[in-house]
Amino acid sequence: MGPLVPDIISTNLNYIVALIIGIFFGMILEQAGFSTSKKLVGLFYGYDFTVLRVFFTAGVTAMVGVLGLLHFGLLDINLIYINPTYIWSAIVGGLIMGLGFVLGGFCPGTSVCAAAIGKIDAMIFIGGAFIGVLIFAEGYPLFESLYKASYIGNPRISETLGISPNLFAFLLTFIALVAFYVVTLIEKKVNKEEIRFLNLNRTNAIIAGGGILLLIFSVTFVEKKSTLLRMIEDENLVRNYPLKEMTVDELAFRLLDKNEERLQIIDFRNEKSYSEWSLPRSTLFTRENLFEKEPAQFLRYRHTDNLFVAEDELTERKMAVLASEMGFKNIKILKGGLQKFRKDILGFEPIAEPKSLDEQWLNRFRTRAKAEIPELIRKNKPAGPVKKKQKRSLGGC
Amino acid sequence: MEENKYMNPYLAGFLLGLLLLSTIYITGRGLGASGAIKSAVVAGVEVVAPSHTSNTKFYQEYSKEHEGTSPLMNWLVFEVVGVLIGAFLSGLISGRLDLKFEKGPNATTRMRFWGALIGGMLWGIGSQLGRGCTSGAALSGMAVMSTGGLLVMISIFGGAYGFAYFLRKFWI
Repeated sequence: MGPLVPDIISTNLNYIVALIIGIFFGMILEQAGFSTSKKLVGLFYGYDFTVLRVFFTAGVTAMVGVLGLLHFGLLDINLIYINPTYIWSAIVGGLIMGLGFVLGGFCPGTSVCAAAIGKIDAMIFIGGAFIGVLIFAEGYPLFESLYKASYIGNPRISETLGISPNLFAFLLTFIALVAFYVVTLIEKKVNKEEIRFLNLNRTNAIIAGGGILLLIFSVTFVEKKSTLLRMIEDENLVRNYPLKEMTVDELAFRLLDKNEERLQIIDFRNEKSYSEWSLPRSTLFTRENLFEKEPAQFLRYRHTDNLFVAEDELTERKMAVLASEMGFKNIKILKGGLQKFRKDILGFEPIAEPKSLDEQWLNRFRTRAKAEIPELIRKNKPAGPVKKKQKRSLGGC
Repeated sequence: MEENKYMNPYLAGFLLGLLLLSTIYITGRGLGASGAIKSAVVAGVEVVAPSHTSNTKFYQEYSKEHEGTSPLMNWLVFEVVGVLIGAFLSGLISGRLDLKFEKGPNATTRMRFWGALIGGMLWGIGSQLGRGCTSGAALSGMAVMSTGGLLVMISIFGGAYGFAYFLRKFWI
């Protein structure tokens, strides 16, 4: 599961990655024509919409791509950088940058590109940018109240608007496609070229096809999490889902076995019940943890049974269905839930007149378990919630 | 050498989108540019006036956010060095390397000089307020659907369109 930094790619290797990504970034920008101010500002005067085309194609592609990664469970949204939202700072800063765009003819990234191929105006622009940051740094007390005003956290637009991410992606992709068509007409008009509506040559057909594909993906790449959460609402499905079960007696036996090392108990009760009493070798888990990169690694030890426990079996089943659908192996549930475990083991009342050998055995075993397991529970120091060390990546500028 | 044509903008945009997507998948963060300028400014001030950086709030907050390392050991600094190399190579391949001062057809050199300098300055200030520029806030923010990033994007382009009419002498 992504992101690959910091565990698969180390922090130091990440600098090399940055350099390589930068090289591609610079090449693409330069090849697109972002190394000349005349082409860049064309957007604002209607004679050249290259910037709009490149920018929105890139934005929409990446956005739908991120939805795709989330759809296939390949990315932990909690670990990636989501730009924070400080409403007024964003608006005022954006407007200042807008003025800077038409005045200077570049934005920072494109000015670096242009300077690299020898544009002197871009070098002056970069000099100006240095002065600007210095002004901000030295005048920080003046800017600070605006800089930190109306902070609303790191919401995604879908949360702010209360719509699904897919709907937003679809709408934005649709708007982009319409805009591409309209600006082509505007561009031709401004440049006094012949306007032909719906000119279907090969290039345009490929672009239109790509656009339609993006539209389709934008609605089909539903976040895996929300699909699965809807799936476990269906109790029938949950009850009939093939899951491995463990009986309360097997659990009791394995708890008493001192050589047992292949059992992990994943406790899905709330934190309060967990802190009151918990089984040895158990870890507190939440439903959210199943979708997170780091906690989920806990379930990936090989040759280990992960026993999901909760007060009732249905909750166990739901969590186990989620885990199985997320691709985790060796998941088991406790038959009857902790309810049954408490009743049959911890609160065992021996069968008065055992009729068969089995019942005699049962009496003997459960009586022993009833005597020893509470002691184990008492001695057990709860491991607490599963640990999360990784923080959100730092990003932005 | 004859100047080659530019790449189809949709193809360039698609490739840029894939690059951004890979960046998010690999590093958990997006692309950026203005952050590198900020790092360079902080590093520069640290060298020129070390006591000033330790007494001034902006630099203190910066060093608290980027603990322990030199301001130049920064992801964006490496990335922007890459941009310089990549753009240079691309210009070399396509025959566009040339020391050139570009301006609009009706703009004077003096206008363009001050326009570029002040424009850059405004970006310097604006990108700090917006916590990112076109790449770091607008484009990368759009990819992860950040409300803040999209707000910055709308403000940049909306603002630019609003101001464009008054500054048309510079470009047309």
